[in-house]
Amino acid sequence: MTSAYDKPIPIPSNEVLTKPFWEATKRGELIIPYCNSCSTLFFYPREVCPNCFSKDLGWKKMSGKGHVYTYTHVRQAVHPSFQSANGHIYAIVQLDEGPKIPSGISGCEPEEVYVDMPVSVVFDDITEDYTLVKFQKC
Amino acid sequence: MSLRGRGAIVGIGEVPTRRIYEGRSMYGLCAEAAGLAIADAGITKNDIDGLVTDGVALPPAIAEYLDIKPNFATGVSMQGASGATATMVATSAVSSGICNTVLVVMGNSRQDAERAGRPAGRGASSPSVRSEWEEPHGMAPGANTGYGLMYRRHIHEYGTTEEQMAKMAADQRFNALENENAVFNGQPINVKDVLNSRYINEPLKLLESVMPCDGAAALIITTPERAKNMKNNPAYVLGVGLKQGEANIWQRDKFTETPAVDSVRRALEMAGYSPSDIEFAEFYDCYTILAAMCLEDAGLVEKGEIGPFYEETDTTYKGAFPINTDGGQLSGGQPGLAGGFRHVIEGARQIMGKAGSRQVEKSDLCLVNG
Ligand SMILES: [Zn+2]
Repeated sequence: MTSAYDKPIPIPSNEVLTKPFWEATKRGELIIPYCNSCSTLFFYPREVCPNCFSKDLGWKKMSGKGHVYTYTHVRQAVHPSFQSANGHIYAIVQLDEGPKIPSGISGCEPEEVYVDMPVSVVFDDITEDYTLVKFQKC
Repeated sequence: MSLRGRGAIVGIGEVPTRRIYEGRSMYGLCAEAAGLAIADAGITKNDIDGLVTDGVALPPAIAEYLDIKPNFATGVSMQGASGATATMVATSAVSSGICNTVLVVMGNSRQDAERAGRPAGRGASSPSVRSEWEEPHGMAPGANTGYGLMYRRHIHEYGTTEEQMAKMAADQRFNALENENAVFNGQPINVKDVLNSRYINEPLKLLESVMPCDGAAALIITTPERAKNMKNNPAYVLGVGLKQGEANIWQRDKFTETPAVDSVRRALEMAGYSPSDIEFAEFYDCYTILAAMCLEDAGLVEKGEIGPFYEETDTTYKGAFPINTDGGQLSGGQPGLAGGFRHVIEGARQIMGKAGSRQVEKSDLCLVNG
């Protein structure tokens, strides 16, 4: 599996900051940064809360339910590993808890995806270090 | 205090946008554009005491290349909005008396990227928000994917059609046929051609997307007092407005709304005009859908009504409401951050009455969105 995976893997800009996220996905959990001071859920992870500047931050486990906020059917993926006859879906999923997260939609044809489609999280073990968060049609 | 009327564009220069200039560099193209603008203004480089670039072209390097030693220099680093922002900063600088006459210049050489070992036109995957959260899911390099997301959402919320957006691309191409500096000069297309072009990030198609190009542009801004003694009929900056948006599209609350909502309102307030006073518009158009949303947010068209507007309106330089009269970036080409600058240059060119065969009929008041 590890050697076969040729798509881009996550390259963190601060691997200390996002380690809990990637450890959680390996356990099959989707967690989102949470501000203990002002109760804001936000994504992507930051070193200070984007709402109140607090550094008292934690993580909250999400239900894994959400809907497709918008998507594009990527026909010309410049990264060669994403090149396939019918392209792929790149979506922004809005979690039921609020935050939006970029992801892929698995388990259906690109043509079946629509805005507002209900989805639930699935986990894709791509390497020993990384498990991606993907979504599938409910 | 306001900047209303405090800056006068007295000279413009543009190195024609082309797919590639073999054996040229960004600095060389910028210097050529600077020379054209200085000549157009009828001044010498010794009259230049201010310099504003996009930040990709470093001000010290431009100053050294041109052998000028300005009293004010900065690079704005505002991505696509660099041209408009640089014009705003230059106006502020002459208005405040920091300097008198500013050269604004930016350009692009795709060979520079190759020389540096990077493939031209590909966003490098240095560690970033993008590399961690987006690229693993197949976000294409460059900006295509994000605009595909916005386009899909605009269709969902407002019923906009791909055919309506294709009309924008076709109208702009018509304009480019009268612009020898446009990369697609001499290559007519119609709505059908746009609709038949292949999907890049569906619903976004090839002919709704910019092509990376080489080129450069420059303008000279001075005080209105100095402009009176110069040879050109100047284009006065009557109002400016800026609103900083997000770096990553998916961080927006609303994918169908742009910062132009606020920036245009501020600019019009300063100028003392309303959207209905505007005679023609030069709007940033890396993709049809972005210009479409910005035209709505500017108040030129009601929110969600951009599709029907394009269906009903001739937006060519001959039309009822001309938009992107030089072809815009879609048909003019995108020479790096000078792509966004072309909207400022063309707006000034029309106001100055220098647009030749594509001169618009009413050319007193232009709204430029960078
Ligand atoms: Zn907070």
